[in-house]
Order: sequence, then C-alpha cells, then structure tokens
Amino acid sequence: MTSSLLFNITTFAYLISMLAFFAFLASRAKLLGTAAIVVAYVGLLAQTVAIALRWKESYDMGVGHAPLSNLYESVVFFSWTIVLIYALLDIKYKYRVIGAFVMPFALLGMAWAQLGMNNAIEPLVPALQSNWLLYHVITCFLGYAAFAVACGISIMYLIKARSEDSADKPAGSGLLTMFPPVKVLDDLNYRAIMIGFPLLTLGIITGAAWANYAWGTYWSWDPKETWSLIVWFVYAAFLHARITKGWVGRRAAWLSIIGFAATIFCYLGVNLLLSGLHSYGGK
Amino acid sequence: MTTPKRDFLHSLWDFFCSLKLTMFLLISLAVISIIGTVIPQGIPPQEYLAEISPAKIKLYKTLGFFDMYHSWWFILLLYLLTVNLIACSIKRLPHIWKIITEPVTLLGESLERSLANVATIKSPDEPAALKEQIVTFLTAEFAAPVVTEVDGAWHFFAQKTPWCRLSVYFVHLSVIIIFIGSLIGSLFGYKGFVNILEGETVSKVMLRSEKELDLGFSLRLEQFSVAKYANGAPKEFKSILTVLENGKPVPDYTNARVIVNDPLTYKGITFYQSSYGNAGNYFFTVSDLDGKNPVAIAVASQSSANLPDGSSMHVLEATKDISQFSPGLSGPAAQVELHTADGKTESFVVYANHPELNIQHAQQHGAGPVIHYKGAEERMYTGLQVAKDPGVEVVWLGCLLMVVGIYAAFFMSHRRIWVRIQGGIVTVCGNASKNQSAFLQTFEGLVERLGTALAKEKQP
Ligand code: HEM
Repeated sequence: MTSSLLFNITTFAYLISMLAFFAFLASRAKLLGTAAIVVAYVGLLAQTVAIALRWKESYDMGVGHAPLSNLYESVVFFSWTIVLIYALLDIKYKYRVIGAFVMPFALLGMAWAQLGMNNAIEPLVPALQSNWLLYHVITCFLGYAAFAVACGISIMYLIKARSEDSADKPAGSGLLTMFPPVKVLDDLNYRAIMIGFPLLTLGIITGAAWANYAWGTYWSWDPKETWSLIVWFVYAAFLHARITKGWVGRRAAWLSIIGFAATIFCYLGVNLLLSGLHSYGGK
Repeated sequence: MTTPKRDFLHSLWDFFCSLKLTMFLLISLAVISIIGTVIPQGIPPQEYLAEISPAKIKLYKTLGFFDMYHSWWFILLLYLLTVNLIACSIKRLPHIWKIITEPVTLLGESLERSLANVATIKSPDEPAALKEQIVTFLTAEFAAPVVTEVDGAWHFFAQKTPWCRLSVYFVHLSVIIIFIGSLIGSLFGYKGFVNILEGETVSKVMLRSEKELDLGFSLRLEQFSVAKYANGAPKEFKSILTVLENGKPVPDYTNARVIVNDPLTYKGITFYQSSYGNAGNYFFTVSDLDGKNPVAIAVASQSSANLPDGSSMHVLEATKDISQFSPGLSGPAAQVELHTADGKTESFVVYANHPELNIQHAQQHGAGPVIHYKGAEERMYTGLQVAKDPGVEVVWLGCLLMVVGIYAAFFMSHRRIWVRIQGGIVTVCGNASKNQSAFLQTFEGLVERLGTALAKEKQP
C-alpha cells in the first residue's frame, strides 16, 4: 500500500460522498445522507493514513520531513482539514446537508492535487528546515478549513434566505426543506468562524515567530503576510458585525464569503500571482 | 449646559465609540492593504519602473505607494483604530465591571421577565428547610450561592467565571500592546546587512537607512560552505563565525555555526544567514589573434577589467565543469561580457581546456583579442542579515494575551443562576453571556435534578 494509492482512494471517496450528498438533497432519503457521511469518513480515514504514510516514505527516502512542504502537499493537507472540521461540526451539531456545500471544496482540492500536480517527494530547501513550519502550516490550514466550512454554510444561508423572501409558500419547495433554518445557519456560520479565527490568529503568530527566528523580522509586509492580515481584518469585522445592529444575517454571510475568497487568494493567489518570501508553490 | 463646543466634543466622542467606525476601519484596512501587495514595496526594481508610465510613478511616489505601510495615511488609520479601541473600552468597561463586581443577587420581577431561562418547582416545604437543601445543591452542582432574605422570600444567587466577560478587553488591550512593542522596535532597534569574506573581520554593518553602524565588537568569517542534496538542490548554507572583542575571540562564540533557520545572537544583536557568493578573482590570458602579446588578466567578481586593446570585460557566470551544460566539452569555462572600444557589447563563453574554440570565436568576429580562461580562485563571502529589536518580547506578550483572550472570549461564558423561594414556589432562572444553547441544556439538567432532590427530601 503506497500513499499515492491511498490518496486516489481518498479522492474517489470524496467524489462519491459529494454525489451522495447531492442525491440526498434531491431525494430527501435519509439513508443517502448517512451513506454520504460514512463515505466522507472513510475518505478522511484513508487520507489520514495516506498523509502519515507519505511522511514515513520521505524518511525511507532519506529526506524525512512532514508532508507540508510544497503546493501538492499543502493542497492535500487543506483538503484533509476541511473534511476534519466538517466532521467535528457534524458530530456536534448533526446538520448533515452542510456536507453538500463543504465536500465540493475538499474534492476540488484532492482532484486538483492528484490530477494537476507533481506528487514527487522532494527534499526540504534550507528556508523550510524548521519545526516552526509544522506549527505554522497546521494552524493556518485548520483556520482556512474552518473558513471554508463557514463559506459553504453562508452560501446555504443566502440561498435559503432568498427563497424565503421571494416565495411565501411555507417550507414547501423541494431541496430547501432539507436546509436548516436560517437562524441555525447564521449561528453555525458564527461557530465555524469562532473555530477559524483563533486558529488563523495562531497561524499568523507562529508565522511571525518563525520569521523572527529565521530572519530577525517578525513582520515585513511581504504579500503573503499582508494578505493573511487582510483575511484577519475581514473576520475581525465579521465578529464585530454581530455586535453592531444591522450587520447580522445576509451581510454577515457575505462577509464570510468575502473572507473565504480572501483566504483562497492568500493561500493560492499570492503564490501564483504575486511574488514574495513564501515562494513555495510558485512556478 | 449645551454649548456648541460641548456638543462637538460629544459627537466626537460618540464617533470614536462607534462600532460602525470599527467596521469601517477594519474593512478599509483590509482593502487598502491590497495596494501594497500589488505594487512592489521598497526600492522598486528597474524592470517594474520601465513598465509603467512616468506619470504613474510620480503619482505613486506622491501617495507613498512604494512604502505604503509606513505612509502617514496608513499609520493614521492604525492610530484611528487604536483610539476607536480605547474609546469603546472606556465607554463599555464600567458597565461590564459593574456586572462582575456588583451582581444582582435578588431575583426581582423585572429581572425574571428579562431572563430567557425560567423554571418553577412547587414545594410545600418550609422555606427554612428548603434553604439548606438549595444551598447544598447549588454548591455541589453549580457554585456556592449568596443567600438573602427579603420580606419572607429567600433569594439565592450563584455564578461561574464572571471574569471571562473581561476577556474581550484583554484581546483589545493585546492589540495595543503589540503596537507598543512594534513602536519600541522601530525606535530602539535596527535592521542591517553585512557581507564578510572568508578570513575577513568586520566591525561595522550597513543599516537599511544606508548609515553605517559600529557593532562595538567584530565578527570574523572563518568559512562558508554550501551542501547539496543528491539531486543538486541546496541543502544547507553554513557560515562559521567567530566573535572578537578587542581582537580576541570570545570563548563561547568561537567557530559558531550559522545556518538558515539557526542564527547567532550576541549582545542582543542577531546575525542571520541570508545570502552568499564568490568574491574571488577570475583569471584569463588575453592575446592577439596570432597568439602574440599574451597578458594575464584577473577580473574581480563584481567589477570589470580593461584589456590591452581598450575594451573591457566582466564575468557573468563561471563553472568548474562545463560538461553539465555542454556535453562533449570539459573543464572550467566562463561566460564573459565584452564591451569593445567602439561601443559594442557581446557576451560569449571562453574555455580553459578548449583554446581552439576561443581562437575560433575571435576569428569569427574579425579582430582579436583571443581570451583564454584560466580558472577562478575560490573566495566565498557570506551575506548576513543583522537585526536588533528590543520590542520583540513585548510583541510576544501581546500575542500571548491575544490568544488567551480570544479563547476565553469565544469559549468561556459567564453563567448565572438565581433561585427564589416564595409562597411554596421555587423559581429558578439562568443566564449565560455566550453559547445559549449549551447553557439551556445545563439549565434544564440543573432544574430537573433540583426537582428530584427536593422531592426526595419529602419522603421520610
Ligand atoms: C477599532 C478597534 C476595535 C474596537 C473599537 C472594538 C470594539 C469591540 C467591542 C465594543 C466589542 C464588544 C464587547 C462587548 O461585547 O461588550 C468587541 C468584541 C470583540 N472584539 Fe473588538 N474592537 C476592535 C478591534 C478588534 C480587533 C483588531 C480584534 C482582533 C482580535 C478584536 C477582537 C474582538 C473579539 C474577539 C470580540 C468578541 C466578539 C464576540 O464575542 O463574538 N477587536 N470589540
């Protein structure tokens, strides 16, 4: 059993899980919902083992390091954290349908990594040879994943809120009956961001600590750092929005979506479109 | 007394206390920060300046876009944020402080109506007997209550983690502490750079502000080396450094190793591995086309040398073994750039082991000179980043406070329970500052167990 085979199994499981969630939405058959979540868990398990195995394989090759060192590995890890955060939310709150809006993100990541990227294990360049890499990447990505889940929930919120506004037919039309009530969605959005914000804060701080340790500057306004701060500002605005009247509900949902768009830009856009210190993933 | 001046101050105060201003500032900062990630910061590279129009360059310079995070308007926004933060805290803190230090211990009618969690239990027992049971129950299951008797009614008040209401203020305070830390760094610290040749000793470094700074001690580079992985990718850049005081090596700082991600700190000044290069000379023999008048020429790596025919030359790149680039050839080679006396520039490769190619090249271009490469001397230099930042501990303190504060703000809750015994009815009310749904469960559990506890006591 190799890690790359397990990653393929993972991708396949996420695909099946997503399709089952869609079918669940369309048919409202409880069994499909259960199947979808079980397959998602199987995928998560396979991926966990795969990541551990890839870690071990790198040691077998004599270039041992945590599998978080290039774009391929980070996309795979991102996908793993998304499913992990979703699983935690599912265990706690049991709003299964959210999977239909979260699994696509996880699948997208895995499919892109498996089909579009070189998955060779490479030795670590000097700039990344530090334990801080581990702390920094793990906290950042768990934060990003919580924001991905919040974004999925916000999209559901907007769809549901719109249908409630336009049609006064009560709890009628098809798919939407499966959605949790808007109040619950609004609350779940907040809860997901409540997980993500402290993690992003920790991610920025560990990044600053690493930069200070390695370069003597905890903050140098390089594009990646600046974008992470932009993301942080957006979610800080989101948190304060809840205390300010008139900024809950729809506006909060939009803030959450904008926040995730900024997150994705921070993660990928900066590497692919701008230049800076965090060059991994470039080229 | 409402003079216009006072009105103005009032509205100014209200302006700074407003959370709408907070939203505006946070979102503005987010949007404005994007500029500096698109426009290169610091000294913009020539290629970039060549790309955009002079009018644009002038506009960007005027607006401070090339160093926007230090421009007055960006700093102003940060100061506004700080003032907003402080004003908001001053306005709200007394109220929060009162909730914490002067809790309402009596469950009156209006309080009862304002609370979301209310339950009643009927009990015909004597209030005095009930009182003991409720105190025991609350102490065991929730927190020790304050007991008050008013007009024959007994009131109980118990609370958990009231201080967590302050956590938001600690988060806000932490933002200010981080600002203070960065201010200390920019006032009393510096960032600089130094290149040291192998065997050379330096005692001055070049600051970012282009001033030279005397370290007060000196630093010698004993050796610099690069290690590579089997596939040729760099594995380690290593400088071996010795710190010298009055020319004598300092014992614990002799032959100290500095690699990327592992710097050297001496007297609060830290040296970070940042770049490297070869500063040794490249050697050539230059002759006429027919091989007459050979002269040996040494070219330093960063400069150019004049040739007898009036042209000048410098080295772009050199290798010890050309075969990895040009299969079939072997030995050292250098890519040189020649500026001829009549103003032409050409770039070509000269070899050590293939003099015929060097001659061939010269022949093809008409007149000489013929240039033969003789190899290079290796003299590595290391580039070290130098930094001193006495504010960094303050920044970490702020960060720690922020993390702990955010945790407490999100995941802890001030929970309060009131109980009142009046006319054979036990009324229980509860309130939580956060996470209402979790509290509802706790509350319902408490009421249920209290009900059974009270019922049990009745059976002898
Ligand atoms: C312009 C600056 C700011 C002002 C005026 C401000 C003001 C406030 C106020 C008034 C509250 C509500 C407190 C209460 O419920 O009594 C609050 C909550 C909060 N603030 Fe700020 N704030 C600012 C910036 C920040 C920043 C930069 C952060 C970043 C960490 C932050 C984090 C928080 C958090 C975590 C909460 C609690 C939110 C919640 O409970 O959901 N604030 N802020």
